[in-house]
Amino acid sequence: MNVIEAIEAEQVAALGKEIPDFKAGDTVRVGFKVTEGTRTRVQNFEGVCIARKGGDGIAGSFTVRKISFGEGVERVFPIHSTNIDSITVVRRGRVRRSKLYYLRERRGKSARIAEQTNYRPKRATAPARGADQ
Amino acid sequence: MRSGVIARKLGMTRLFMEDGRQVPVTVLELDGCQVVAQRTADRDGYSAVQLGAGSARAKRVSRPMRGHFAAASVAPKRKIAEFRVAPENLIDVGAEISADHYVAGQYVDISGTSIGKGFQGGMKRHNFGGLRASHGVSISHRSHGSTGQCQDPGRVFKGKKMAGHMGAARVTTQNLEVVRTDPSRGLIMVKGAVPGARGGWVTVKDAVKKKLPEGVPFPAAVKAAEADVARSAEEAPAATPEQGAEA
Repeated sequence: MNVIEAIEAEQVAALGKEIPDFKAGDTVRVGFKVTEGTRTRVQNFEGVCIARKGGDGIAGSFTVRKISFGEGVERVFPIHSTNIDSITVVRRGRVRRSKLYYLRERRGKSARIAEQTNYRPKRATAPARGADQ
Repeated sequence: MRSGVIARKLGMTRLFMEDGRQVPVTVLELDGCQVVAQRTADRDGYSAVQLGAGSARAKRVSRPMRGHFAAASVAPKRKIAEFRVAPENLIDVGAEISADHYVAGQYVDISGTSIGKGFQGGMKRHNFGGLRASHGVSISHRSHGSTGQCQDPGRVFKGKKMAGHMGAARVTTQNLEVVRTDPSRGLIMVKGAVPGARGGWVTVKDAVKKKLPEGVPFPAAVKAAEADVARSAEEAPAATPEQGAEA
């Protein structure tokens, strides 16, 4: 392992984030820390994860899309951000591509995602990172 | 004025801070950065230290250079550079500079050889605007325009910006912030980009345009004996930076 990879692996370990196994198509609830003046609170952002980028490493991020008051809203979160309090998988979706950008052109009925009923945790070797569903 | 260091650029990554900020950092490695020679005012007319870094096979080093390294009793070095220092900041020959030569939060200037771009046109090389997309322009949309006047002066002035070779030149980036240092592995993490390709050599100096903070080691942070180096390498990277003996 080269030094950069070692630094990144150490940082991931040091941050100690509990990241559930989720992918594009899943509905996730992200608890994001918001600082207002001096006090911080956790704001939830729940929507469909439409993209995972940058892998599981320190550079990884994911995009969550939701319809808020009739307007589509997307937020990109770094997976290992210290501002993320929690990531919860609400629903497993069955999709056939890794980036669901086509949802941006769709509304209502056509923007639905079928639920994946036969979900199985991907990594059997890492039980600590199993799903929290 | 204290000495700089020679470092190898390893690449870039990011650091997450406690307050949620992400900092893009370039990781620089000190690979056996030792003093090879001193330049003193009475012998050379100026005072400086000559540092060497990396390791070269003795077979690959010219005989005069082998003698030069032998005189300093250091292993042959891959890269050599001189740093001007004040006479009181000269470092002993053979001393190895460690990464806690720099402290987090201070600013540095970093010089390196930029990545070669080959022969490039004016638009890429000098940010020219190019010609129009339509209105009679044919074939020459990315060309430079006029290069001068008419019969008077009847020539193109020297230094006119034109297409030509770009990159592979010495570039200095000023005022880069040191975010973190890791003396056990000899790493310096600097916020932002540093000239040159991964694996390239760069020289790191204290920033000319920023004030040096308190707590910077003078004349340099020098690694202690070999045994100490081996011990600190085994310890966790979170260990407190061991300060070597002051030279």
